[in-house]
Amino acid sequence: MARLTPIDNAYFDGERTGDFTVIGSAVQRSDARGHVTGRTVFFEDMSLPDMTHVKIHRSTRHHARINRVDVSGALEVPGVLRVITHEDVPNNWYVVLRLIGVGPDDEPVLAEDRVLYRGEPIVAVVAETEDAAREGAARVVVDYTDLPAVLDVEEALADGAPIIKQAGTNHFVYEGHHCRRVRFGDVERGFAEADRIIEGRYSSSPIEHAPTEPTGCIVVPQGDGRLRIHTNTQAAFFTLDNTALILGVPPTSLRVVGGTVGGGFGGKVDVIVEPLACIAAMLTGRPAKYVYSRAEEMQVSSTRAAERIVIKDGVMDDGRIVARKITLYVDAGAYSRHSPYGTTKAAAHMPGPYTIPNVHVDAYCVYTNRTPSSAMRGFGVTIGDFALESHMDRIARELGMDPLRLRLKNAYRDGDMKAHRKIASGTALVEVIQSAADLVGHDLPPEYRAMSSAERAEG
Amino acid sequence: MALRQGRGYAAVNYPTGMNLGGDPSQALVHATTMGGFVVTLSSVDLGQGLRTVIAQCAAETLGLPIENIIVDTADTDTGPHCMGTFASRGTHRVGNAVIMAAREARDVMLQVAADELEVDAEDLETDGTGFIRLKGSSEKKIHVSDVALAAHFRQGRTISGRGIFLKEPSTPVPETGEMDPDSCQAHACTVAEVEVDDETGVIEVLRLYNTYEIGRALNPAIATQQVEGGAWMGLSHALFESTEPYYPHSREHGPVDFTEYLMPGPADIPAQTSLFLERPAADGPFGAKGIGEMTANAPIPAIANAVYDAVGVRLTSMPFTPEKVLRGLDELRAGRAG
Repeated sequence: MARLTPIDNAYFDGERTGDFTVIGSAVQRSDARGHVTGRTVFFEDMSLPDMTHVKIHRSTRHHARINRVDVSGALEVPGVLRVITHEDVPNNWYVVLRLIGVGPDDEPVLAEDRVLYRGEPIVAVVAETEDAAREGAARVVVDYTDLPAVLDVEEALADGAPIIKQAGTNHFVYEGHHCRRVRFGDVERGFAEADRIIEGRYSSSPIEHAPTEPTGCIVVPQGDGRLRIHTNTQAAFFTLDNTALILGVPPTSLRVVGGTVGGGFGGKVDVIVEPLACIAAMLTGRPAKYVYSRAEEMQVSSTRAAERIVIKDGVMDDGRIVARKITLYVDAGAYSRHSPYGTTKAAAHMPGPYTIPNVHVDAYCVYTNRTPSSAMRGFGVTIGDFALESHMDRIARELGMDPLRLRLKNAYRDGDMKAHRKIASGTALVEVIQSAADLVGHDLPPEYRAMSSAERAEG
Repeated sequence: MALRQGRGYAAVNYPTGMNLGGDPSQALVHATTMGGFVVTLSSVDLGQGLRTVIAQCAAETLGLPIENIIVDTADTDTGPHCMGTFASRGTHRVGNAVIMAAREARDVMLQVAADELEVDAEDLETDGTGFIRLKGSSEKKIHVSDVALAAHFRQGRTISGRGIFLKEPSTPVPETGEMDPDSCQAHACTVAEVEVDDETGVIEVLRLYNTYEIGRALNPAIATQQVEGGAWMGLSHALFESTEPYYPHSREHGPVDFTEYLMPGPADIPAQTSLFLERPAADGPFGAKGIGEMTANAPIPAIANAVYDAVGVRLTSMPFTPEKVLRGLDELRAGRAG
C-alpha cells in the first residue's frame, strides 16, 4: 500500500470544486512493476553485435591554448576505428538554448584552439571495444600553453580579470546589461526609512545530479540512411533538434527513441553525448555507444551551479521588510548551457514569496574556468531559497520575533504586485505556514491564525 | 559536549513551467478498434510517474476507466512535440494538452454513440465504467467498445483529438525586469528538527514536517513520493553533496564515485509527516500545479535554521559539513572568551 499524504480539506474548501472518478486516486505507477522485477528496459540493455564505443580525451588544464594535438598513438591501438576531432563536427559551435533564441553559440562540441575547463572534450575515439576506446583516448597527446585561469565569480567580474570568453565579457549579456535586473520601488529610500539594516551572504558549492543511470545513448544507423538515437534524454525533440543543427542534417534524418530514464534531475537536458555518437555512427556506418563513466558523470558533466547570494534588507522593528537588495552570482563555469536561463529565473524568483515595496536585484551569470553548470532540479530557485529563508530566520532572531509570524506578516497575498510587476494570484503561503505550525504544535495568536492569502487585513 | 536539538522553519513558493513560458507540449489521442484510447506524446517520464498521471487525465476527461488508456511516448517519429521534462512542467503542460486532445476525442465518441443510440449527443454522459448512457436512463446505454467498433466499421469515423498547451512567451523588460515568468506558484512550509553533536559537528535530521499547497493532488501517492523523495534530495544537498568540496578555493579532491560522493543512506532518512492543501490553479489540469522540483528546496534552509536553533551557528555555505559546524562553534567560543 502506497504511503498517502492526507489532504486537509479545511483550507480553500470553496475553491476545491469538481467531482472526479480517476483524478485524486492513487493509481499505481505504470513503471513500478517493471522496475522492481528488473524488466524495465533501459537504453544500455540493447545489445548490438557490431556496436562501437566512444571515449573522450579531455583537457587536463583549466584554461590553455592548444598548440598541437597528436592522435597517432590512439590510431595505433588495436581496435581503434576512428578519431574524431573538431574538424569532423559540421557545426562545432552551439548553445542548446538557441532553440529558444538565446545566443551566442559559445561552446564547441570538441575543442579547437583552446580549452576553458579541465575535462573539456578535445578528441573522441571510436573503437571496437570500450577498453580500446579508453586506451586510445589515453594515448592522445595534447601540447598546451597555459593561460591565466579564473576560478571565482567575483574575481571574474573584477577590473583587470583575464577575459576568458570570446564574446569579450566574463558574464552573459542581458540586452545590453551585465546582469538580469529587477527594479521595483526605491530600495535606497527603503533603507533610509528602515529601523535597521540586516545583511547576509550565502553560498553553495557545485552539486552533481548523481543519477543511478549515467547519461548516454546508442545510435543505430538504419537501412534507409537515417539514424535512430536511443537515449535517456529528458527532452526528445530538444535533443533531436540540437543534434540536427550540430550535424547539419535535416531533422527528419534523425529519430529519437527514449522515455525510460534512471534519474534525470536536469542532468539529461544538456545535449552532449548524442551529437558525437551520431558522428561516430556516420563515420563507421556502425552503431555507436557513448555513455559517461561514473567519474565523468561526477567531474565532467554539468553541475548544479555554485551560487553566491548577498542580501541586504531594510527592516522595521515590527517585522515588516521594507527594502530588499539582492546581488546574486551564478557560476556558469566555462560555457552557457542553461545558465543564462536559470539566472533570469533566479531574478524572477526574488525577493521570495514576500511582498516588499522596494526591491533591487542584480543576477549575474558569470563565466569561470570551471566545469560548466547547467539545469538541475529547481535551479535558479533552490539556492536562492536557502539564502532567502536563512535570512528570514536571521531577521527573526535579530528582532526577537517568532519566525513564522515574521513570515506571515510579510507573506504575499492575492492582488499584491510582485517585484517583476505581475499581480499575484492563487497564493497560499499564509495557509501552508498556518498548517505547518499546527503539524508541530507551534502556537499562533488569533490575528495570525485569521490571516488569509485571499485578502489582506488592514494594519 | 552534548547532543543538542533544534527546530527550524522555511516557507517557499515555486513557479510551474519554464520561466517566461514559451514551452509547448502536444498530445494526440485516438481510439483503437475495441475502445482502447492511445495517448501519443513525445514526453519523457523520468520515473516520477508522468505516464501514470497523464493516463489519469485522459481517463477522467474521456470518462473511461484508466484500464482503457495506453500512453505511447518518447518516440519522435510518432509523438508530437514536447519541450521536455524539466521546470516542473510535465504534469501541467502535458496534462493540459492531453485534456484538450481527450475532449476533442470525447466529442466524437459521444457523437458516434448518439448515432448508434439514435439520440442527441448532448443528452449523453459517461459513467466512468466504460458505458455511455442517456442521461437519466438506466437502459439506454452503449459500451465504449461497441462505440469504437461502430466508428471503425460502420460509421467510418476516427475517434481522435489533438491538444496543445502553450503559455505564450514573455520578454523581460531589460531595465526593470518586468515579466510574466510563471503559470502559477505552488507553496510549501517545512519544519526540520535536528540533533547536532557539538563535539563532532555532525548534524542528524530527526524529523521533517511539510505542508505543500499543490493545486490538486492528481495522484496523492505519486505526489507523496515527490515530497518525500525531494526532501531526501534537499537533506542530501544540505549535509553532504559537492563535486568540489573546497569550492571556490580548489578544484582538487573531487569525488569520482559514490564511495567519495556521499549521500544519505537509509539510516540518515528522517521521519516525515506531511499534509497537502489544494488551491486549484485556474490554468492547471484539474487545478494541478507543478511540484517536481520544489520538494528539495525548503528542507535546506529549514535544516540550517534548526542548526542555529540547536547550537547558535549560522550556516551560510552549503553543504553543512561537520567542519563548518565545528568552526562555527569555535568562533562562538572565541567570541564568548573575548
